[in-house]
Amino acid sequence: MKKQITFDRVTLGYDRKPILQDITFSVSKGDYLCIIGENGSGKSTLMKTLLGLIPELDGDITFSDGVKRTDIGYLPQQTPVQKDFPASVYEIVLSGFQNKCGLRPFYTKKEKENAIQNIIKMGISDLKDKCFRELSGGQQQRVLLARALCATDKILLLDEPVAGLDFNAMKDMYELIESLNKSGTTIIMISHDLSEVEKYASHILHIGKSVFFGTKREYLEHSEKKGGLI
Amino acid sequence: MDKLIMYMQYPFVRYALIVGVLIALCSSLLGVTLVLKRFSFIGDGLSHVAFGAMAVAAVTGLSNKMLLTLPVTIISAILLLKNNENSKVKGDAAVAMISVGALAFGYLVMNVFSTSSNVSGDVCTTLFGSTSILTLAETDVYLCVILSIAVVVLFIFFYNKIFALTFDENFAKATGVKTEKYNFVVATVIAVIIVLAMNLVGSLLISALIIFPALSAMKMFKSFKAVTICSAIISVLAALTGIIVSILMGTPVGSTIVAVDVVAFAICHGIGMVKR
Repeated sequence: MKKQITFDRVTLGYDRKPILQDITFSVSKGDYLCIIGENGSGKSTLMKTLLGLIPELDGDITFSDGVKRTDIGYLPQQTPVQKDFPASVYEIVLSGFQNKCGLRPFYTKKEKENAIQNIIKMGISDLKDKCFRELSGGQQQRVLLARALCATDKILLLDEPVAGLDFNAMKDMYELIESLNKSGTTIIMISHDLSEVEKYASHILHIGKSVFFGTKREYLEHSEKKGGLI
Repeated sequence: MDKLIMYMQYPFVRYALIVGVLIALCSSLLGVTLVLKRFSFIGDGLSHVAFGAMAVAAVTGLSNKMLLTLPVTIISAILLLKNNENSKVKGDAAVAMISVGALAFGYLVMNVFSTSSNVSGDVCTTLFGSTSILTLAETDVYLCVILSIAVVVLFIFFYNKIFALTFDENFAKATGVKTEKYNFVVATVIAVIIVLAMNLVGSLLISALIIFPALSAMKMFKSFKAVTICSAIISVLAALTGIIVSILMGTPVGSTIVAVDVVAFAICHGIGMVKR
């Protein structure tokens, strides 16, 4: 397995105030890494550092195997702005190609076709011209996932993708993510719901007071020794 | 009607119509973005900055006030629009700070160093717009036409980028879009529009020109493209109606246009309710 992202004793934080120290882990092609930790443990700081939105304070982050930092497609948690944003599903999915545009003002025909392809892949082709703000939570997540796929199909970073979804929508979402993983996309998922994650993850990164990184099996053995989940 | 035709014979009336329509068009284009980014009041804030800069320019006796006003406004716009998620002062507070600060400073400068005898009259004119749109010289009109064309071309050129940035700036940045560069373009365009619009409606009513057409269009349409086009059409029609009414009835130009915008908003709100 070729490593795509390596964190080597990285310190994360805002404004030079460290939140997490000595984080070491790596992600290889085809992995399904789950990052878990309590609220306030630094999950979103880690995510923003990974995406390059904030700089790391110390240590090295290496991207290899032909992966660049901008090859990480990302499924954000919804922002308040998006709740009343007048935009059609198609417009939003298409905007995922923006990183390939450079200074080119308009999208190419091929990009438009690919956007439709991704919409079909996510099973939302009947919603193509619908308004984003009128969709259900699960449907909105699929739209954003289709957009992320337009930006890249190498690595997807998902920030609590099932937050606020009902049981069925949640199940569908997990299955969709699994099918993407099976077709070769590396998945990095941030979650606090360990029981759900266990079924799908190949690797676990636990952050907080104690930091652990390893395969799912190592993690389960480790936490058993400690008497319950860490 | 006869009265209107008679007025149309005068070049200054035609100039006013041209300039008014162009400014309305430009200001409506970025309105959608500003409203969605929770920057509805940036028009107000920036126009007060422009007011302050104008006061300084007037006192120091600069022959072309634009030389000082435009750069100062552009810099303020860039500072305000910088991704402010992590900044210490939040967007609305920053706008409010700059707005009242610059307003007070401008008034102070005008009062202390003024060469004119009618300071409050001057201030009132800058704040609420004057009849100056009816006293435009031919060069003003050319300048306005050129800047407006530049704004429209830039907007069309950057339309898809503006959409991506407005909808989800972090996503765009994370996937490698040069967001700082485009924010800079947007800020510059906004500053140019505001300095232009000050002539028409004065600094207090600029916000209305920016947000009303956008809000009206958002009531009725559901895609970004439709909202943008509709808001441009509403804005142009409102400006046209407003100017004609103000000429015929002798009302102040700026406030008449805004009044028409308010009526348009009420109508669109009604249509939106019926559609739902």
